[in-house]
Amino acid sequence: MKKLISAAVAVSLTGFVSMASARDYISVVGSSTVYPFATVVAEQFGKTTKFKTPKIESTGSGGGLKLFCAGVGVEHPDITNASRRIKSSEVERCEGNGINDIIEVKVGYDGIALANSKKAPQFKVTRKDIFLALAKQVPDPKDPMSGKLVANPYKTWKEVNKDLPDMAIEVLGPPPTSGTRDAFAELAMEGGCKKIDWIKAMKKKDKKAYKALCHTVREDGKYIEAGENDNLIVQKLEANKGALGVFGYSFLDQNSDKVQGSLIDGVAPTFELIADGSYPVSRPLYFYVKKAHMGKIPGIIEYLAEFSSDKAWGEEGYLADKGLIPMPTEERKAFRSDIEAMKPLKL
Amino acid sequence: MNNQQQQHKKTMDRVQKGLDRRYRQERHFQWLGLGAIILGLVFVSFLFITIISNGYTAFQQTYVKLDVFYDPEMIAPIGETDPEVLSRANYGGLIKASMRQMFPDVTNRREKKVLYGLISSGAAYEIRDAVMNNPELIGTKQEVWVVADDDFDMLIKGHIDLRLPESDRRIKDNQLAWIHDLQEQDRVEKRFNTTFFTAGDSREPELSGIKGAAYGSFFTLLICLTIAFPVGVAAAVYLEEFAPKNRWTDIIEVNINNLAAVPSIVFGLLGLAVFINFFGLPRSVPLVGGLVLALMTLPTIIIASRAALKSVPPSIREAALGVGASPMQTITHHVLPLALPGMLTGTIIGMAQALGETAPLLMIGMVAFIVDVPGSVMDPSAVLPVQIYLWADSPERAFVERTSAAIMILLAFLISMNLLAVWLRKKFERRW
Repeated sequence: MKKLISAAVAVSLTGFVSMASARDYISVVGSSTVYPFATVVAEQFGKTTKFKTPKIESTGSGGGLKLFCAGVGVEHPDITNASRRIKSSEVERCEGNGINDIIEVKVGYDGIALANSKKAPQFKVTRKDIFLALAKQVPDPKDPMSGKLVANPYKTWKEVNKDLPDMAIEVLGPPPTSGTRDAFAELAMEGGCKKIDWIKAMKKKDKKAYKALCHTVREDGKYIEAGENDNLIVQKLEANKGALGVFGYSFLDQNSDKVQGSLIDGVAPTFELIADGSYPVSRPLYFYVKKAHMGKIPGIIEYLAEFSSDKAWGEEGYLADKGLIPMPTEERKAFRSDIEAMKPLKL
Repeated sequence: MNNQQQQHKKTMDRVQKGLDRRYRQERHFQWLGLGAIILGLVFVSFLFITIISNGYTAFQQTYVKLDVFYDPEMIAPIGETDPEVLSRANYGGLIKASMRQMFPDVTNRREKKVLYGLISSGAAYEIRDAVMNNPELIGTKQEVWVVADDDFDMLIKGHIDLRLPESDRRIKDNQLAWIHDLQEQDRVEKRFNTTFFTAGDSREPELSGIKGAAYGSFFTLLICLTIAFPVGVAAAVYLEEFAPKNRWTDIIEVNINNLAAVPSIVFGLLGLAVFINFFGLPRSVPLVGGLVLALMTLPTIIIASRAALKSVPPSIREAALGVGASPMQTITHHVLPLALPGMLTGTIIGMAQALGETAPLLMIGMVAFIVDVPGSVMDPSAVLPVQIYLWADSPERAFVERTSAAIMILLAFLISMNLLAVWLRKKFERRW
């Protein structure tokens, strides 16, 4: 017993004494959407260089930026991934904690698919249909031009648009904490919202009300928050022919035998159509690097070089194999030269 | 007399009449209990059957035989032994050359890429390691078994439905033809998947393994045990043997019982605030994970230890005190050894609970992609349940079977820990 206790004390003491005085691996946090791509780069980097494999935490874009902006030093992460651009409030927060130079790197694009089971017919919707089917408040269907709003009355797709099938509206998607949800609201719902003239006019007068109207998803059970796990959504779609699901392109790509992407504004979510920008619901993915850590934590510069090499993020690169939609050559070149020059972000 | 008999008969009649009903009720009562057990067993067996049927294939992995020519032009001149030079060579090129040789009629650039995609990207590292271990290979031609890509592997294991149209399949018709050719030449083989037990996490399903997570779990539990067991036992001994019975000890007792029911995520938040933000310990390391889980298991251990101490009869203490032992001697020489089996049982159950925990670890950054197998409590690492969570969330189809396989490993650990607890109890428990 005595031995056990003294051993315990010894172990815990050595643990506390040898605290993180130095870190010899890169610490990455951030978006769960960028996670599958960043991890591939990290693994390649770990295998092909003498550096340790970076540690990548999946915390969500917002959570990642919060950790990232907490300060400079080994206990804070070096890089954060984000499935949206950094906000000016977040940059201020970073500056408040002594992080003045942040390097922004765009990784590529990700398409957001609205998909259903292969056993059901493929959906062809417009962004306006998506808005009308999923918004919390919609223009009064009796008199859509009057400017009057009512709680979303639509129960089936046919009520939204008579060309759509007579199926109950049931959409499985990510919860509000997710970057995918933010992007879906911004690109698909706001995109459809803007098609209604008087709502578009509202944007100039009252931006807040406009945003609230266009981005708020209905809460009466037609939109089902299915958690951050996209695989779960795919499984549920397979079991329920009448439901649609919202998730990233890489999951559609991997499960093309089970689910099919709906045509949005007549465009299918395929690699080529997302890459050339014709698919309307696609968003850029980013990561942000602390300049103050470059050169202090071993390997950051080399990690950036690996990420921005054509064998990684190029058209034929290994990230494209994992479902990332690469940037056009010119854009890649611009970001690569920014990385090499360590050009800090200016909003 | 007659009257009495009459009376007796009446009672017996009543008893007789009610007997059937009472037997029936008893049978129903038994059936209810039996039904509950059967229902439980059905659920458990359903769980096990799904997990095992999904996961057993992960213990096998498809390998492909290639004729690799260790080309001195691509690696290094014959006789080169400098590891620096050897590690830099283009080993992927060797595999590509070997594939090109096998399928000379594939010339289109796009098709070639698809062809090379049949072999895992990890194969190049296998060949690199082989050359670095034995530089004499350079210049020779060898038959090498390399790991197949995950889609290829899924096809061989029958997880890809060939009746679907080509566009919906991850394996296209031309790949099917090549795989068929390889099979004709006996170049495809399923083998026991050792990588699964010897590698850390990976984004390529065929290269991923649970060693990193298992080591992480081991280090985390080690810290958890070294903190929680002594502290828990000391607290229990003090409360049970020394503490006066007053309002304060009552409050402490109620609090301990309450803590045992606090959701584990709360301990994660506490760990984040105290160990990481205040003490400045690094994120994602087993040390912090172990400390957090120790906080979580402490109440369980204290409660079990107190129960074990309570079950030691007072006569033992009195006898020891009677022959002149001090209270400390009484406890360390007599009471503790007798209570230890019960304490260990409680501790093992607490540890098993800690082994399966993810929620508190989420807050302290242990839900992370970590490739390198941790070597100490200060290296970042994941744990087994976190690995399961991460794989379940990965897009690649081949991770489905690996998720189930990892669950099987975790369950095996849990069951063996519980069996150990039962065995300890059976072996050392004394009844009075």
